[in-house]
Amino acid sequence: MIEIAEKREIGAVTNEIRVELAAVSDNEAFARMAVAAFIAPLNPTLEEMADVKTAVSEAVTNAVIHGYENREDKDDKVLMVCALRGDVLEVEISDQGVGIEDVEAAMTPMYTSKPDLERSGMGFSFMEAFMDDLEVHSEPGCGTSVKMCKKIGTRPWIDSEE
Amino acid sequence: MHSVEDFQVINHYLMIRLPEEIDHHESVDISSRADRYILSGSVENVVFDFERTTFMDSSGIGIILGRYRKVSCFGGKVYAVNADSRIRRILLMSGLENVVEIMEPQKK
Repeated sequence: MIEIAEKREIGAVTNEIRVELAAVSDNEAFARMAVAAFIAPLNPTLEEMADVKTAVSEAVTNAVIHGYENREDKDDKVLMVCALRGDVLEVEISDQGVGIEDVEAAMTPMYTSKPDLERSGMGFSFMEAFMDDLEVHSEPGCGTSVKMCKKIGTRPWIDSEE
Repeated sequence: MHSVEDFQVINHYLMIRLPEEIDHHESVDISSRADRYILSGSVENVVFDFERTTFMDSSGIGIILGRYRKVSCFGGKVYAVNADSRIRRILLMSGLENVVEIMEPQKK
């Protein structure tokens, strides 16, 4: 087995961006573009790029629809902080919205608190599936923060498998 | 944002040519336009054409499930065509193979 690359410790933050977005749905696309541009220097595979964009899209959409209850008010803010620790991307997306009463229930596949809006209830499931790690902190009345990370640049291993 | 030709009714099939990126922002407009055709009564089945689509998040699942609920109670079916491997994966992860006929890509 090849262990050398995996043994490397997760290092200090080597790059960071902070983007504050008005909680309007137009900005979902912007958040995806921003994170895509941020990780581009790591030479991600198309799959990794799509994974990260999808996860970010889900988290920002949650903040807009659920955190800020679909108000589409530009004074409501979503904060996205992306950091690189070597080849590991960390993304934190937070809002100061209504928060989540029961985080465990919210993370259940197909669960949605807003069936009338035709949400599929797959948002958290996609974040979990497409990123290496997902942490959700929420306090009713204070807001929600979603922290995700993913190692970028697994290209040699994937190429040799497929 | 979407042109008229993106929605066409041919023989009771509503053909929807989806945009490049399908997210929550886009989904609101797609769903409401599709429903206008469905509620007009001339639509039995819905075909989602992913030919142009390079990005889709779970909002796309919501669009498909929502239209499925509307046409299936009258015996209608929902199809997905020209979905690339990424989109097929997202459809399968959400268990949509049970409600949508995912058509194999045409051999060129």
